Amino acid sequence: MSAKPKLYYFNGRGKMESIRWLLAAAGVEFEEEFLETRDQYEKLLQGGSLLFQQVPMVEIDGMRMVQTRAILSYIAAKYNLYGKDLKERALIDMYVGGTDDLMGFILMFPFLSAEDKEKQRALIVEKATSRYFPVYEKLLKDHGQDFLVGNNFSWADVHLLEAILMVEEKKSDVLSGFPQLQAFKARISSIPAIKKFLEPGSQRKPVPDDKYVETVRRVLRMYYDVKAN
Amino acid sequence: MSGKPRLTYLNGRGRMESIRWLLAAAGVEFEEVYLETKEQYDKLIKDGFLLFQQVPLVEIDGMKMVQTRAIMSYIAGKYNLYGKDLKERALIDMYVEGISDLMQMILVFPFSPPDAKEKNLESIKERATNRYFPVFEKVLKQHGQDFLVGNKFSWADVQLIEAILAVEEKVPDVLSGFPQLQVFKTKMSNMPTIKKFLQPGSPRKPPPDAHYVETVLKIFKI
Repeated sequence: MSAKPKLYYFNGRGKMESIRWLLAAAGVEFEEEFLETRDQYEKLLQGGSLLFQQVPMVEIDGMRMVQTRAILSYIAAKYNLYGKDLKERALIDMYVGGTDDLMGFILMFPFLSAEDKEKQRALIVEKATSRYFPVYEKLLKDHGQDFLVGNNFSWADVHLLEAILMVEEKKSDVLSGFPQLQAFKARISSIPAIKKFLEPGSQRKPVPDDKYVETVRRVLRMYYDVKAN
Repeated sequence: MSGKPRLTYLNGRGRMESIRWLLAAAGVEFEEVYLETKEQYDKLIKDGFLLFQQVPLVEIDGMKMVQTRAIMSYIAGKYNLYGKDLKERALIDMYVEGISDLMQMILVFPFSPPDAKEKNLESIKERATNRYFPVFEKVLKQHGQDFLVGNKFSWADVQLIEAILAVEEKVPDVLSGFPQLQVFKTKMSNMPTIKKFLQPGSPRKPPPDAHYVETVLKIFKI
């Protein structure tokens, strides 16, 4: 096993993208193995690398980690992006829980029918602007600091930027009522490690397309009939 | 606010039950506020108690905590149920997340349409016996210890015993192929704080019934 973390997933965003973001934000180089065939997946299964028969899987520090949240928590703690104490960790966990729920509405978007996609797009924008963005807007306004928690860059900041950019891909002016978030977006995007990740040629994955959907369905033999929320 | 954590949720299991289990296992007494009407829920939102307009809500140590996982991580961290280092925490997180995927199937089951109930029950049985229980059976067999991680009682053990009992309510003989889990179930059930929680009169909630489902639909307007 190399010293760098190794990510096993499809060549696309899905549940692995937040992990790519966090590793990149922490300045950690990583390798990737992309699942392209059913055979590859079955080989991983038979080899016993997938604890619950699922990806994402990340080989890191001698462990074969699965479960996105477990992987993210480990990376956050290891690279000091998890606050300075239990209470800051609690805040980070709460905020990440919110952005995770928001991104959850976007995760299944590529698998929906054209008609459901329009409904889901409206739902994503509605949830973002009425439930999630106002919370982070208020937080930033109330404490006036650059970062969400403890005046220090953390996992919560990375996750929120990722969520903002994803929602903007669905509605480009979605931040128009949120001046604090606009400033936040500019600030966090200009952090060197993140700026690098946002440049072409990085390991950031593009918006999922039909090829991605077809690959996931073929490899997992699942997600043929996904309904909108 | 009294010293005790205060839980706000419906008078039923849902997403709060795992939190009740964990507090009880840690020997922590808590108070509960039950949502019975939409008006109560709307008032909580209006008064700014619910960060993302959702319950569970747990008032603890001066915080109004929401997001089930955040709440449980905090409790586990505070009461030393989260392993001794980062790697043990990683194992506990992996196990808890896996079990939580299984519990999610049970969580939504009461809300499935009547014609889907049999299929969904079959899925719960299949996942439990083919995906989740074999993992923990193997973990326990390989290290031969009483607890899942680090030879010490942790959040992972609490989550697993909760899940075993919840699945058994639906599939009574589900542990028949899992001798290690049968022993684990007995051992965990006999730990003093858990034994107390399993007795009548504890804060443990019964399986969801039609009234619970109706209340959920009414309050959250689903």
